[in-house]
Amino acid sequence: MTAPGAGVRATARLVARDDGRGGTALPVLESDGPLALRRTRGSGTEARVMLVGAMSGPLGGDHFTVEADIREGARLRLGSAAATIALPGQTKGEARYDVRLTVADDGELHWLPEQLISAGGSDLYVTTRIDLGATSRLVLREEQVLGRAGEEPGRLSSRLVLRVAGRTVLDQELACGPGAPGGWDGPAVLAGHRAVGQLLVVRPEFADKPVTAQMLGESATVVPLAGPAALVTAVAPDALLLRRVLDEALATLSA
Amino acid sequence: MSRAALLVLADGRFPAGGHAHSGGAEAAVKAGRITGADSLESFCRGRLHTAGLVSSALAASAVLGVDPRLLDEAADARTPSPALRTAARKLGRQLMRAARASWPSTELDALAREFPKGAHQPVVLGLAARAAGLEAVDAAYCAAYESVSGPSSATVRLLSLDPFDATGVLARLSPELDRIADRALEAARRVADEGVDALPSASAPLLEIGAEAHAAWPVRLFAS
Repeated sequence: MTAPGAGVRATARLVARDDGRGGTALPVLESDGPLALRRTRGSGTEARVMLVGAMSGPLGGDHFTVEADIREGARLRLGSAAATIALPGQTKGEARYDVRLTVADDGELHWLPEQLISAGGSDLYVTTRIDLGATSRLVLREEQVLGRAGEEPGRLSSRLVLRVAGRTVLDQELACGPGAPGGWDGPAVLAGHRAVGQLLVVRPEFADKPVTAQMLGESATVVPLAGPAALVTAVAPDALLLRRVLDEALATLSA
Repeated sequence: MSRAALLVLADGRFPAGGHAHSGGAEAAVKAGRITGADSLESFCRGRLHTAGLVSSALAASAVLGVDPRLLDEAADARTPSPALRTAARKLGRQLMRAARASWPSTELDALAREFPKGAHQPVVLGLAARAAGLEAVDAAYCAAYESVSGPSSATVRLLSLDPFDATGVLARLSPELDRIADRALEAARRVADEGVDALPSASAPLLEIGAEAHAAWPVRLFAS
């Protein structure tokens, strides 16, 4: 971690590999400053890791990066201990949070962190880039909550890019909060909803048997992407209702 | 080139099938999110800054000579809703027919052969503009304008909204249309150098969700 006047720069890294005995080893598990990675008890062939925020933030000017490299045949499940809260910093300027995930062939990653909450006055740009092999598997959840209870949100921009075998299957950006391009809270984009989330599921068998597009209640949908992936998109009045919809969707997709 | 070709291409009477699509307005009206001129304006503004920006940049990139197959793939990746992918390809196929009749071109012929079910509409729009001798900025404007003119005229039919009010919405959005066309053109120039990852990918969750809800209705006035 380095902390020049401009903000905190921190990069946490992990590498997961098949340990050759039916389990998953973590030869690299590097925490950095506010980003702490802790191995917890796994189950079966799967290793489990918790991302624990050791400080508040990201704050304006901070730049956090998390990199996970899931090698051939390895299986990892990541969760986080608490929601991440973007806060205004003492320095002007946006904060950045980059997540880079690679999953090699026959690897599997469940990336299920807690919500990202955009507090009033904050300005955060989140980028999640995922590179998968043709036979990799993924479950990834992203939830964004605009403002703490009763609070106006900060500015939040997020980009989610999924590549499978080198081909871009999903590239999506969402910008909201004060200063975001016009209409972000209007009837085409969020219409007053304060929680928005996605569940991205990639399985090689979706190439031949894609999911059927369907509504999940009034304000969520599951769709097949143009590739071996399914995407759940949901908006909700708050974080709790959003999680309920995404949990139900995950249960349906896993059934 | 003839600048007047832009008027032909952008004319609502150009027989490219756009009148059958509401750009998400029908779903938003049914959900009670568009109820009059103010909410229509807010809807159109949101669509312009998301789907409109992406379409505008795709169209401008096609004029600059970026490989239309790569642009079509990029459009797929930026359109998670299969209902919207289908609508974009249908509109692309109809525009292709009208464009080939208006401005015959080997590039349009090649794209039609490669995508018999239609390429994404903004990609076809860009190649049509190129065939008509127009510039990237013209295609950028055309795509950006279409992203708001469709919902606006559809809402006149859906809500019996006063056509003067609907036109007022479009007029008030004009300065933002200028900015979107500028941004799209800037992105398209980067695409020509750096590849399709430089395309914007702004998304609108309720447009995606609404499109899937709409596609499941047994009876509807508009195709999308």
